[in-house]
Amino acid sequence: MRVRVLLFAALREATGRSICEVELAAGATVADLVARLESEHSALVGARYTVALNRTYATPSAALSAGDEVALIPPVSGG
Amino acid sequence: MIVIELVDHPIDVGALVASSVDSESGGVVTFVGTVRAATRGRTVVRLEYEAYPSMAASEIEAIAATAKQRFGLLALDVVHRVGILLPGDVAVVIVARAAHRAAAFDACRYAIDTLKQTVPIWKKEVFADGEVWVGDRP
Repeated sequence: MRVRVLLFAALREATGRSICEVELAAGATVADLVARLESEHSALVGARYTVALNRTYATPSAALSAGDEVALIPPVSGG
Repeated sequence: MIVIELVDHPIDVGALVASSVDSESGGVVTFVGTVRAATRGRTVVRLEYEAYPSMAASEIEAIAATAKQRFGLLALDVVHRVGILLPGDVAVVIVARAAHRAAAFDACRYAIDTLKQTVPIWKKEVFADGEVWVGDRP
């Protein structure tokens, strides 16, 4: 299954990507996706971020579905 | 009534406040967040804001829903600017409206404090000799 990953701010600059598509096995979780992303983008290793799944903050154990929108959210600093 | 906007142009604070005054509320509290010329002893050249717009909107909706429940808020307007801002520019305006002033003050404070913690908006501080994404380093 394929999910869409959005990267923002420091993570966008560190990876040089604002969006990417990742192919995962059925039943994959947020943690599986993070492991994949960190293996492909060394700039993410050790970076500070949380994950949002379909525009809601998610835990590492959250299950992914085809077509999901996942965002890597570095520490926010609006206002 | 909730108004949520991310804009890439200057915010007209006066128009926003005027449009939110009505006969239902007894208090309107406005917070205006502006760009400081110096931070941690360094001179700021500009700030660069970016947002995850769809999630920012849903997180602000959640803030408004909680504020309504907790403080009896009647209405909340949140307008946040993105893009390049200079010292003195208005970055965010929050207008909270309630039947009485205490609720409006409490709700406005809650809204800006929570926005800074949960809403996916980021700012990069650009100095004469470097730049940093705020909060990115411990």
